[in-house]
Amino acid sequence: MLYRTAGQFKTSYHADHALFPVRQDAILLGFILLLAFVVVPLTASEFTFRALLIPVLIYALAALGLNILTGYAGQLSLGTGAFMGVGAYACYKLVTIFPEMNIVVAIALSGFFSAAVGVAFGLPSLRIKGFYLAIATLAAQFFLVWLFEKWAWLYNYSSSGAIQVHNIDMFGITVAGPNATAVTQYYFVLCFVAVITWFAINITRGRIGRIWKSVRDMDIAAELVGINLMKAKLSAFAVSSYIVGISGALFVFLWRGAAEPVLFDIPLSFRVLFIAIIGGLGSILGNYLGAILIVALPVIISALPSALGIPIASATVEHLNTMIVGALIIVFLIVEPHGLARFWAIIREKLIMWPFPH
Amino acid sequence: MNVRPDPAQLGAPDDGIAKGDLLLDVKNVSLSFGGVKAITDISFDVRKGEIRAIIGPNGAGKTSMLNVINGFYTPQRGSIVFRGEERRAMKPHHAVRQGIARTFQNVALFKGMSTLDNIMAGRSVKMKRGLGWQMLWHGPALAEEIEHREKVEEIIDFLEIQHIRKTPVGKLPYGLQKRVELGRALAMEPSLLLLDEPMAGMNLEEKEDMSRFIIDVNQQRGTTIALIEHDMGVVMDLSDRVVVLDYGKKIADGAPDAVKTNQQVIDAYLGVAH
Repeated sequence: MLYRTAGQFKTSYHADHALFPVRQDAILLGFILLLAFVVVPLTASEFTFRALLIPVLIYALAALGLNILTGYAGQLSLGTGAFMGVGAYACYKLVTIFPEMNIVVAIALSGFFSAAVGVAFGLPSLRIKGFYLAIATLAAQFFLVWLFEKWAWLYNYSSSGAIQVHNIDMFGITVAGPNATAVTQYYFVLCFVAVITWFAINITRGRIGRIWKSVRDMDIAAELVGINLMKAKLSAFAVSSYIVGISGALFVFLWRGAAEPVLFDIPLSFRVLFIAIIGGLGSILGNYLGAILIVALPVIISALPSALGIPIASATVEHLNTMIVGALIIVFLIVEPHGLARFWAIIREKLIMWPFPH
Repeated sequence: MNVRPDPAQLGAPDDGIAKGDLLLDVKNVSLSFGGVKAITDISFDVRKGEIRAIIGPNGAGKTSMLNVINGFYTPQRGSIVFRGEERRAMKPHHAVRQGIARTFQNVALFKGMSTLDNIMAGRSVKMKRGLGWQMLWHGPALAEEIEHREKVEEIIDFLEIQHIRKTPVGKLPYGLQKRVELGRALAMEPSLLLLDEPMAGMNLEEKEDMSRFIIDVNQQRGTTIALIEHDMGVVMDLSDRVVVLDYGKKIADGAPDAVKTNQQVIDAYLGVAH
């Protein structure tokens, strides 16, 4: 009933091309944004910011980057973790070489480095596809992590081999480093993620998004409607790696505070891939839903017993956690193989029809 | 916005070639895959404004011929002159830029996309706004999007597929998919439209609809059409001139009536006693 679309007519193509042709969707998004920008910062604790909200946003952004490549352009990649690493190391070098540089600029620029690396490792996609391409990107994964370890210039020859984020100020407020407050970092990440998501939505619904989807659905036909496959695939690699690189920079500078090469190893790639798949390939919303399920849920489950005062050993909680999250992933994939985003689309459809079955 | 399109607006792009003049000239083309000779020394031409049929038994090299014309295969020998320009090896997306569009024997649509998006994808080449504008969406990118949407809606009206505008094409029945594919090819505003068995697997009513669309495209939009078809009734009624292939060789070329009575053509289709 709340979702009734009756009476909402489109009288121009302009109206039909609106982001939310259904009014209720816009209201819902406004509500979520209000929650994220106003309600949550006023109520959330330090722990909630650091363990839940900030990582969910950063992982959702990484998954969004991967989704553009895999979900929209149909090119499988297993190198996401390494591309995040490129973003993080590029940002680290930028802030150490140019200490005066604004951190927003540094993060935005670091994306270009990962985009360039992404394009270079995307070149095999011109010849191979599917699982074989995944193997080629796996090579990027191993090579780059090796490079992060061996190329001492990247971590400024520090003896630990790790990069450490120092206090970074922006307009007199500390946004990164040990002195930064959680709420500042949350706002910083939220603004970044919101703006990039908006850009990503616009790209995917326009001409370039259609080109990517054409390549994904049938590359031969795409070529025969005049699409240059090379340009289409490499632009997908560039945009995807750019977003992934930025998420990597945020990952280290606004959340972890320090990083060593092993952090960007293949488990990170798989984690982001799981988020994208469970959230729903070819959807923007899905990345957020997937990140909530994969990143936030384990934290909530492990915090639950102590919050409720149930005396269980923390090791047991961890075991239970793995089992519950694993089971949930399987259940969701059986109920809806196309991911949580499709799940929501079906619920929405039913709400629009309600109370009628068809 | 359900306006009956004005035929004058739907004209094919002005390519500076008068009706009846040479649009495509295939000269002594030979194509082989290893030892298999798909096409042997075939020459024929397509004139501006006509409907040209390519017929022949299975395996005669018809589809290979279309693949050569739109740059998918590069012939070993011979040359192709399109709009007065001779060309050799080229990529299919170059052929599109020159004004050649085609449909496939087995429908080759973008299954995950809606009808509207499929036809809009046909206009990708004509849209120019780059990544920067696309990111912002509002402004030039949206204006361009709407400008092309209007053209696409004309095609949707023309093909009478308004009701499936937002349906993913993977869910559509075969006949409608063929129609959407024709729509996508028309969206490219080609000077030469190649149709590979546009009526394969259709019932009589769908065939009649499709024939009507082909004639309308040819007459209202002035688009030159080269088509492959197995339904002889359709071929003889639609086409202005017919070229007949058999085992990769040209065995006849001319008006439908002349071809129909050609002894070699009859032999190719019915077989000869040895």
